[in-house]
Amino acid sequence: MRVVALGATRGMGRALARRMTERGDQLFLLGRDRDDLAQAVRDLEIRAASGRQFGCAHCDLEQPEGFSAALDQAAATLGGFDCVVVTAGLFAAQEELEEDPDRMRTLLEVDFVRTIEFCEQARRRILNSGGGTLCVFSSVAGERGRKPVLLYGAAKAGLTRYLEGLDHKFRGQGLITVCVKPGFVKTGMTAGLAPPPFAGEPDAVARRVLRAIDRGTPVVYAPPAWRWIMLVIRHLPRAVMRRLGF
Amino acid sequence: MPSSGAMVQGWGGTRARALEIRGENLAAITRGAVLTRGLGRSYGDSSLPPAGISTLPGSALADRILSFEADTGILRAEAGLSIGEIQRLFLPRNWTFPVLPGTQFVTLGGAVAADIHGKNHHVAGTIGGHVRSLVLRAADDSIVRCSREQHDDLFRATLGGMGLTGHILEVEVGLQSIPTPWIWAESERITGIDPFLAGLAEAARAWPYTVGWLDALATGASLGRGILMRGRWAQPAEAPAEPPSPKRRLSVPFALPGWLLNSVSMRAFNTLYFHKHPKKPKRGIVHPETFFHPLDAIRHWNLVYGKRGFTQHQCVLPEKERPGSTQRYLESLAAGGLGSFLCVIKDCGEEGEGLLSFPRSGISIAVDLPMRGRTQRIVDELNQRVLEAGGRIYLAKDALSTPEAFRAMEPRLDDFAIVRDRWDPERRLRSAQSVRLLGDPA
Repeated sequence: MRVVALGATRGMGRALARRMTERGDQLFLLGRDRDDLAQAVRDLEIRAASGRQFGCAHCDLEQPEGFSAALDQAAATLGGFDCVVVTAGLFAAQEELEEDPDRMRTLLEVDFVRTIEFCEQARRRILNSGGGTLCVFSSVAGERGRKPVLLYGAAKAGLTRYLEGLDHKFRGQGLITVCVKPGFVKTGMTAGLAPPPFAGEPDAVARRVLRAIDRGTPVVYAPPAWRWIMLVIRHLPRAVMRRLGF
Repeated sequence: MPSSGAMVQGWGGTRARALEIRGENLAAITRGAVLTRGLGRSYGDSSLPPAGISTLPGSALADRILSFEADTGILRAEAGLSIGEIQRLFLPRNWTFPVLPGTQFVTLGGAVAADIHGKNHHVAGTIGGHVRSLVLRAADDSIVRCSREQHDDLFRATLGGMGLTGHILEVEVGLQSIPTPWIWAESERITGIDPFLAGLAEAARAWPYTVGWLDALATGASLGRGILMRGRWAQPAEAPAEPPSPKRRLSVPFALPGWLLNSVSMRAFNTLYFHKHPKKPKRGIVHPETFFHPLDAIRHWNLVYGKRGFTQHQCVLPEKERPGSTQRYLESLAAGGLGSFLCVIKDCGEEGEGLLSFPRSGISIAVDLPMRGRTQRIVDELNQRVLEAGGRIYLAKDALSTPEAFRAMEPRLDDFAIVRDRWDPERRLRSAQSVRLLGDPA
């Protein structure tokens, strides 16, 4: 499989890129920090062991004007691609966003508008080349309006709906959309938050997501327990949600 | 903001109220911090911050491989890369981490900080001898590269320095070339402490890996009975063609009730374990994980000790200088009556370069002790035996030793303090353990 990965230098994206590398997939990395990209490529090349080389290009979700060139470069290097993985995104605690309107605007823009702009470009290319997979990391935070992730969750809720719509509209034409809804996963993104029960590790999420990509599963919760946790949360009455701190 | 309920704990269950902050950028998260934590496999309070420190950086996500030379085996990686991951990636290429401890869930940084040893200590020494250079964040927040050529005082103090000399950011280490990734192992029953010590000494002459399991609850004529294991990397003609695949793991789902472990159940376990081994020696090809890390087969095995947890007492006794030390230690242990599932015995080779490195020539014994009212008294008693023998204890396992006992065992502490005075005069870098044992400011 030829894969373009946006955000594979850290967290779940890093774990997924390593899993893909070890089973022989071809990767092209997109990211915003050039040093991190170079280090990530080096790490993957050593893990691949076979002398395989990986390409990378600068791509920042805050700079949509660069999306097209980055995807073109990926396609040119890989000779086309079968899969685009988007794990990049911003996160901040609710209080920090409430106190800083600029930060809030940036997060809402990046996690919703810019991510969708990137996905639109990616899905056009996938459809033009005859089909493939678009795997995007949304969040369980988008499942219900929850106090600690109100703003982040709102952006992710929008992203989730968009991905659902893509699946409805384009699956028949060969675009497989995989919407990943991570629960609490112990990455740098959630550093500083006390892990709840059922917190996951990036590599376990990566294994699960890889299986979902191979099977074309449209929605995947990771760790899996969060599917059932969110089922309950979605059905809690408003009166309860108002009282809960969750 | 750390939530009030956040806890970090050692493998034995010793806790501290603090939140571990993991991040890919270890240089960033260690700035201004007092201590870095790896995978938390040290048993006591080595990886815990002093009281009042509410967060500490965790290295586990900083696990990129920075370079690997396929002709020499020299590996440079960020300090959070685990030994298990190194083995998973490099065993199929016929390279092994040169020193393998009882668990593979140890980061490179943790391995250096504890200057870990393994079943091949008598030939390979500690990991420190295989480390070529380190990158540290020093106490003044500067980034320092150290090696035998550059800042060698800091380098030697960091090997076995329990993370008290700087946050370890990068490690350069030489892997060992092996003929195949499989192990040829032999094991046999041993019926007493004297034959055990003789058996270990004899095995050490011909085998790179030797270790023994002792029935710590056997007394009288059975004192020191157990199983002696020895192994070497298998030759291509003996080994399966395929590299070993990672083992499936079971998990202990929650802390088991404390009463489950009592002298009767532990005695039964130890007796079964001893008699499960055939009377005749066993030999053959085994999976490297089975040979090196048998307990890793059960995730969270520490939970079998229940909510109160356990500690481990590991010491090295200079048996040659003080013959009978091992016997007296085991007698004290048996008299304590707390027992242990796991009592591991190993004859160590020469002392390494690390200023506070644990192993020295002699007999190393490691025993798990469940936390009970009398555990402190038993540890004090065992430390007394260690002192009488001129031995020392392993900080990575310790939770209960008194500062008086520790200082009496460690004439090397002054040299360690001199290096710390040079690099960290205010003792900004410290742990719950260094406050307890080295008198660092809380």
